[in-house]
Amino acid sequence: MHWNVVIDNFDYFLWGRASVDWVFPFVHDVGGMASGIILAFFGIIGAFWIGLAAGLMRLSRRWWIKYPAVIYIEIIRGIPLLLLIFWFFFLAPVLLGRSLPAFSTTLACFIIFTGAYIGEIVRAGVLALPNGQMEAARGSGLSRYQAMRYVILPQALRNMIPSFVNQFVSLTKDTSLASVIGVNELTRTGVQVDNREMIASFEIWITIAALYFCICYVLTSISHRMEAHLSRYQARDR
Amino acid sequence: MLSGEPAQWMWEGLVTTMQIATISLLCAMLLGIVICVFRMTPFKLLQWFSLAYTEFFRNTPLLVQIFFWYNASHFVLPEALNKWMNVLYYWFPGPFTLFGHEYAGQWMLFNVEFMTGVIALTVYTSAFIAEEIRAGIFSIPKTQIEASRAVGLSFTQAYRYVILPQALRIVIPPLISQSLNLIKNSSLCMVIGVTELMFMARQVESYHGAPFEAFSAALLIYLVISLFVSFGITMYNKHFLIQVRY
Repeated sequence: MHWNVVIDNFDYFLWGRASVDWVFPFVHDVGGMASGIILAFFGIIGAFWIGLAAGLMRLSRRWWIKYPAVIYIEIIRGIPLLLLIFWFFFLAPVLLGRSLPAFSTTLACFIIFTGAYIGEIVRAGVLALPNGQMEAARGSGLSRYQAMRYVILPQALRNMIPSFVNQFVSLTKDTSLASVIGVNELTRTGVQVDNREMIASFEIWITIAALYFCICYVLTSISHRMEAHLSRYQARDR
Repeated sequence: MLSGEPAQWMWEGLVTTMQIATISLLCAMLLGIVICVFRMTPFKLLQWFSLAYTEFFRNTPLLVQIFFWYNASHFVLPEALNKWMNVLYYWFPGPFTLFGHEYAGQWMLFNVEFMTGVIALTVYTSAFIAEEIRAGIFSIPKTQIEASRAVGLSFTQAYRYVILPQALRIVIPPLISQSLNLIKNSSLCMVIGVTELMFMARQVESYHGAPFEAFSAALLIYLVISLFVSFGITMYNKHFLIQVRY
């Protein structure tokens, strides 16, 4: 066994060639697991807003609001993320006239991709609330927008938190795909070290799987706990 | 794009995708059922194994698993299996003509990449399938089995005639969507060189310099597959889904 290869490169797995100085983003060349977490974090924040918009648009009764959201969600959910990443990577230069860095490309892809899934979560969350909530809110004089904003969404969003965490977990797993177009994140550092050392494949890939597992398992456990906790306060039909 | 070499490549890619997805789906179903049964048995060791298996493979990225099986499988797989995987196995039906084009056969190429892809997809998907089946069986209220035992059915009979018929109806729609996920996930096998649809789209892109056409074609093919599958789920739900009685 060659665990010393893993031990020697462990800092590289964790944050790549990161260096700190006093020039603006202050931390440069972040790679490894840190860049994966950054991708997932900003990805989920962006995807939340896109998904909220798409989910609510899909619930609309006006066809010109509803169908764009339906098409967006169905197309994105029907294709693999890898295809979306390649699509963006090769078409962004054609559309924008200049090439985008791989990091921004994947971040945009993650936002668009996860946005569709969150849209479905939002739609399911709103539909899961009993009809009486909307009727009561409208009955007490709120407009449809106000009812959505002050009655439905606060309850629905809280019930959706576990699903958001699950989505965050799968996004964290999906950040490994960024390595395919050359973002220097955990999987790619693994490929690099593996190709350089060549004798320690088993140790390297077990370590990388374990690093991903640590993040994802902790988040999954949190989401299970929250699910159990939140289900007590859910508005029900009965 | 619609004719000649690119079309042939894309067609071959689609065939390989369907092959790898079908084989992996069948294996994953079997393995998933086994893992789920382990979880249901009263033996603590098997339960722990099943729990560790599902949690580990569900919480690590498929790409990492593929790299693991490709680069490091000789540490965990038996010697004979490794040797067998490293030999090329062809099943060659010969050249054939479709829509006026000559295709040069090469339907099944069981090379080591293909086998690795099958193993990775099988293991990854079986963890999800095991969880789906378990969730389906657990969603049947406990009173059902108690009632059927009280009526005089044996444990096996209770499962065979009362629990499973209800659980399967709940389990099948998520299983169908798992198989769709499997088809989409099989695109990741391109990183180790399985010549499936994404790989071929990439090849068309680099040989013919037509990224837009290549990836649009791939997108359309994946989209058609997924629309078919979701149509299937809708139809299934319309016809077969029943309410579980509490």
